[in-house]
Amino acid sequence: MCAVCGCGTGTVGNHTHAHRHDTDIHFGNGAAGVSLAGASQARLIEVEIDILSQNNRYAAQNRTRLRALGAFTVNMVSSPGSGKTTLLCKTIEALRKQPLAVIEGDQQTARDADRIRATGAPAVQVNTGKGCHLDAHMVGHALEQLPLAQNAMLFIENVGNLVCPAAFDLGEDCKVTVLSVTEGEDKPLKYPDIFTASRLAILSKIDLAPHCDVDLNLFHRNLIRVNPGIEIIWLSARTGEGMADWITWLDARLAEAARPQKEGP
Amino acid sequence: MHEISFCEGIRTVIEDQAKTQSFDRVTTIRLEIGRFSCVEKSALDFAFDAVMKGSVAEGAALIMIDVPGRAMCYDCLQEVELNDRLAQCPDCGGEKLMPVSGDVMRIKNIEVE
Repeated sequence: MCAVCGCGTGTVGNHTHAHRHDTDIHFGNGAAGVSLAGASQARLIEVEIDILSQNNRYAAQNRTRLRALGAFTVNMVSSPGSGKTTLLCKTIEALRKQPLAVIEGDQQTARDADRIRATGAPAVQVNTGKGCHLDAHMVGHALEQLPLAQNAMLFIENVGNLVCPAAFDLGEDCKVTVLSVTEGEDKPLKYPDIFTASRLAILSKIDLAPHCDVDLNLFHRNLIRVNPGIEIIWLSARTGEGMADWITWLDARLAEAARPQKEGP
Repeated sequence: MHEISFCEGIRTVIEDQAKTQSFDRVTTIRLEIGRFSCVEKSALDFAFDAVMKGSVAEGAALIMIDVPGRAMCYDCLQEVELNDRLAQCPDCGGEKLMPVSGDVMRIKNIEVE
């Protein structure tokens, strides 16, 4: 039986999903569970439970597990094609000695996890099937397969989507939205929720800014408008410009999250 | 279409309640939906019937109660009520507003038999 949710026995849980623990994970199956209607007297039950309470329970379990390790976990969100995977590959190169791992979320294919593994870092690919976001349950399963060292960094690359991932807590320390300059200055205004939910916005591909008639200051103003507290880093993974700021930011966050290594017996 | 996931969340809660509260059928579900929540109400309505099929809540009426959004204005430092996520501060006209409440997505109550 799965330690995270009790699934995998065929008798527990009201959901189904492929349950392969030897390789990448695919969540493409539908819901199950049946109940039959009967009749009795009508009554009102005060429920007062969050719609995402089940997801939030899994997220809390993930968070407890990660915090016990002193890990720093970042949930990286963006639209498709913003350059998240390229940024991650360059980040792994820059963090050479830092223990880290990556969970990759996409609807299909293990391409991104393959790119991460090519750098030497451990990665698990989660395929969401028709799903448009990772949820905390999927991440819990991915964590079972990842060798995470004490005080490691964990990068969760969410499904490319500026809408749905905003609502789903995965147990991360914070969300980071990657926004490439080619997407246009108005993205924060069009998709405010994801930027409001993020601690940091990375304005990526700034080497392309001169070629696509964009106003970098307007990006900044629009980000602040939907999240006045958001931190902003401009960078190009291709040229390396701004990468030092991102690495410094990550190191500082890990220092906040890290716990002293346990003494040996 | 994360509204399908939301409906699956509703179904999970309802099925848990059916076990602990002993009922066979849900006739009405009332949700509180915050103005700044990630819910598109028409999409939720659309997904609801399909996801509830085969559950104790099949055929239940779905009622969504709007919860106002409140935000902190970073210009005048007042907490204000906002109807629109990108509206200006009604007090000072500022445009830097951080939501402080109104992102609720909660099952308030259910009518059962």
